[in-house]
Amino acid sequence: MTTTDSMPTPTPASAPPEPVRSARALARARKRQSAARFWREYRRHKGGMWGLAGLILIALVALAAPQLVGADSESVTEASGGALESPSGEFPLGTDQFGRSVLALLVWGARVSLTVGLLAAFLCVAIGTVVGIVAGHFRGWYSTVLMRVTDWFLVMPTLVLAVALASVMDRSLWTIIIAIGVTTWPTTARLVRAQTLAVESRPYIERARALGGGHGHVMLRHVLPNVMPLVLAQTTLAISGAILSEATLAFLGLGDPTITSWGSMLQDARAAGAVSAGDWWYLAPPGIAIALVALAFTLCGRAIESVLNPKLGVAR
Amino acid sequence: MSTTSIRKTPLLEVRDLTVTYAGGARAVRGVNLEVEAGRKLGIAGESGCGKSTLALALLRLLPAGTKVTGEILLNGEDVLAMKWGQVRAVRWAGASIVFQGAMHSLNAVHRIGDQIAEPILLHRRTTPAAARKRAGELLEQVGLPAARVDAYPHELSGGQRQRVMIAMALACDPGLIIADEPTTALDVMIQAQILRLIEELVSEQDLGLIMISHDLAVLSDTCDRLAVMYAGRVVEQGPASEVYENAHHPYSRALSGAFPRIGDPASRFAPQGLPGDPPDPSALPAGCTFHPRCALALDSCSTLDQELRDAGPGRQAACVLVGPEGAAAPVVPGAEEARSTS
Amino acid sequence: MTADSTPALVQQADAATDGPPAGPSAARGPRARNTKAYLQYVAAKIAGAVVSLFAVLVTSFFLFRLIPSDPVKQMTGGRPVSAEQLESLRHQLGLDQPMWQQFTSYIGDALTGDFGASFAYHAPVMDKIVEKLPATLLLTGTAYVLYSLIGIWLGTRTAWRNGSAGDRFNTALALTLYSVPSFWLGLLLIIVFSVGVGPIPGMFPTGGMTSGDTSGFGYVIDVAHHMVLPVITLVAVGYAQTLLVMRSSLLDEMGSDYLTTARAKGLRDDVVRRKHAVPNAMLPTFTLMFVNLGHVVAGQILVETVFSWPGLGSLFYQGLSTPDLPLVQGLFFVFATAVILANTLADVLYPLLDPRVGR
Repeated sequence: MTTTDSMPTPTPASAPPEPVRSARALARARKRQSAARFWREYRRHKGGMWGLAGLILIALVALAAPQLVGADSESVTEASGGALESPSGEFPLGTDQFGRSVLALLVWGARVSLTVGLLAAFLCVAIGTVVGIVAGHFRGWYSTVLMRVTDWFLVMPTLVLAVALASVMDRSLWTIIIAIGVTTWPTTARLVRAQTLAVESRPYIERARALGGGHGHVMLRHVLPNVMPLVLAQTTLAISGAILSEATLAFLGLGDPTITSWGSMLQDARAAGAVSAGDWWYLAPPGIAIALVALAFTLCGRAIESVLNPKLGVAR
Repeated sequence: MSTTSIRKTPLLEVRDLTVTYAGGARAVRGVNLEVEAGRKLGIAGESGCGKSTLALALLRLLPAGTKVTGEILLNGEDVLAMKWGQVRAVRWAGASIVFQGAMHSLNAVHRIGDQIAEPILLHRRTTPAAARKRAGELLEQVGLPAARVDAYPHELSGGQRQRVMIAMALACDPGLIIADEPTTALDVMIQAQILRLIEELVSEQDLGLIMISHDLAVLSDTCDRLAVMYAGRVVEQGPASEVYENAHHPYSRALSGAFPRIGDPASRFAPQGLPGDPPDPSALPAGCTFHPRCALALDSCSTLDQELRDAGPGRQAACVLVGPEGAAAPVVPGAEEARSTS
Repeated sequence: MTADSTPALVQQADAATDGPPAGPSAARGPRARNTKAYLQYVAAKIAGAVVSLFAVLVTSFFLFRLIPSDPVKQMTGGRPVSAEQLESLRHQLGLDQPMWQQFTSYIGDALTGDFGASFAYHAPVMDKIVEKLPATLLLTGTAYVLYSLIGIWLGTRTAWRNGSAGDRFNTALALTLYSVPSFWLGLLLIIVFSVGVGPIPGMFPTGGMTSGDTSGFGYVIDVAHHMVLPVITLVAVGYAQTLLVMRSSLLDEMGSDYLTTARAKGLRDDVVRRKHAVPNAMLPTFTLMFVNLGHVVAGQILVETVFSWPGLGSLFYQGLSTPDLPLVQGLFFVFATAVILANTLADVLYPLLDPRVGR
């Protein structure tokens, strides 16, 4: 496993024969080296490279939305096309029921879907990491209680729970973010806890404690850096899942009705009768976009997992 | 090599065996070996010298894509030239392997009785009940109660699992047993038990034994002959005690010197050990592969590769310093004194 | 919803930390001792399941009574309702009682299977659920069997032929389908095969379970005809996850030493795979399959909604839209129960596959 072992920093000699770099500089250099090593390993995974390329492309598109399609393309009153028109020169992907360009909506929707996906995934991983490290570090009843709660969550069907949660809260983006974050953290928690237990069994933790390191010190300076690679892999995979979940919840009408996301586009399409009318150009693009982004994140996540666990092999 | 005039066909004869892995690493380079029934050959060397590769090659267990050339004559028949059906028939019934690390070499979800009975059912015409009974008998032979036949591997201790591996290896009455690091993962006391067990079984049933280990002391105790491997070649071979006590090749000497002689106070102070690391099989040094680490290297050693030369009755060593008359090579000064005071 | 490798990782992680103690065996008693330990293990798992079920009840109460500030307002939102009607509705639902009393009566009712009356259907919730259950079981049960078999078979093949063109294609396809939203796939299938796009005519119904009054064998054919597209949707997304898990766990196993031992004994390659590698690799897949079994009842809200399949999923969605809180509450409990039961079954059966656990 590529680790960023943060060993206790060495003290410089009192009369060094050559200039000794400061402890901080040494630590920085070591971190740079292991990052470089990680990148070199990652590059060997073709799937991961494709995923990364896809992500960069999508990020650029999302950021450049105003330049690409105009800042007012979401506005219903400014819509220039007729309702549910087929693709044409002016509207490469046709129009929706309000006459807005589907392509423009797709590009703008990227912002929402990505943002929600990222935030929900961060929430999920943040909760999971904190719970995992705390449960792994403090034994005794903290750990037991936390693990019982985690196990309970794992038992619930996540979609049902998220839907139920979202349905009793107000319809907004934050509802979706919270619903996803709150229902998906347990898997991360379990993995992080196992990793915490493994890290804390290493000898240098014992030494850190003997030197007077308290709980906070051990958890933040030793466990967290060693858990970060695993957390990174989990985050990437969580984003993939969160984007799919966001689409699902939006499709079920639990999101903010005034905001366009890919999921809400699909719901609008269905509500406007696009299915029975055979308007494939309205229905296909959002789903393809969702699938591509989710796939990109999944490929990256799998590549990171392979780098961390070389046993899994390059060609997964 | 035996010099008696009447030679019975050796149990195993390996001629010029070369193994190159798919990535280009040359793990075994032209090895010649011989084992007779009832005799024990030890193969010693550090990790990466090719000894485990050699063991796997004998039964063609190397991964697809590995190039194997030479001849492996088991009871006179070349294993490398056999069709797959015959190879599978020879496996276990002609020669079997005792692997190291029995926890991972046994299937965790099968009972040990079933795992021992499996080759019996495969190679002999017998009923499952008879095979199970035989498995119980084999367990008794290695010192475990026959009732353990229903146990799972994780329910046994390390020493017990290794006994199971030995019982399994004997299941089809092979003529040759290849033991790959059979005691490496075990405590010293258990190690001694297992070694005694192997010796007994081999002599009782007149089997041939090849024991592979990095532990020269163990090999010299258990085996009749010893071959030392380095970077895929045999660099020395001869009677076990002679090779251990008085090695000719500098590498063998360093290997043997790394083991303390219990009861010899001077050996504690004699500096031994070797600088550097074993060479990478895909990038071997030119000339004699040992020359970068050899204290006695001459200029010619970096260009001339070394063949095994005669170094006495039944002995060979691959070093330019080994004289054709069998005179011992010049010895490193410190070690000579250390050894002479005992 | 997260990675395919997560189940295997979680299992590995758990085994590494809470793993079974493998020590030297004490004087072993007869096999009866194993059985006794197993029964104790089963009893512990069942006790855990009961606790979980209770926790689910508490959660559903929390979700549907405590979080919404005024359930009645929510349920009648948008409709002209007089104050008296609101009051009577509150009384009907017991919302005018103190909270702890609501809680105890809720638990008490739930234990007898009474989840109140559906607001929209004016019928007991449980009756509605039982009425719609068979439709769900038919659809998702069929899909489950299909995608499990296909996923395991393909997962095994692609792992054994790792690196071949067929393997790479199958893995890429599975990864792609795994990233596709199931409901979107369903919508596309409807457009292409029901409505018809370009030269392709509409061959399948756009929704529902039957098209009218047919009976006997005709009815069976009719239902089957309606099932084709939804089953394809479910199988497309479901097989992918099973394939990826089976493949990765078999790949993990393939480097193992015990396979070399098996080959050294003279066994043929396919026997080594079938008898040695697959049983070990099946363990994570086994767990996944039981998780999916739970979702046969619980998970298919989306596909049922998209295809208007009259099962529990559609019921849940309708209940959410109304919103019909008693119905949603009851369904929530039923879904969670299905998953808990499936997981408990998995826990109870797992030691029979893996002797290192629970004995």
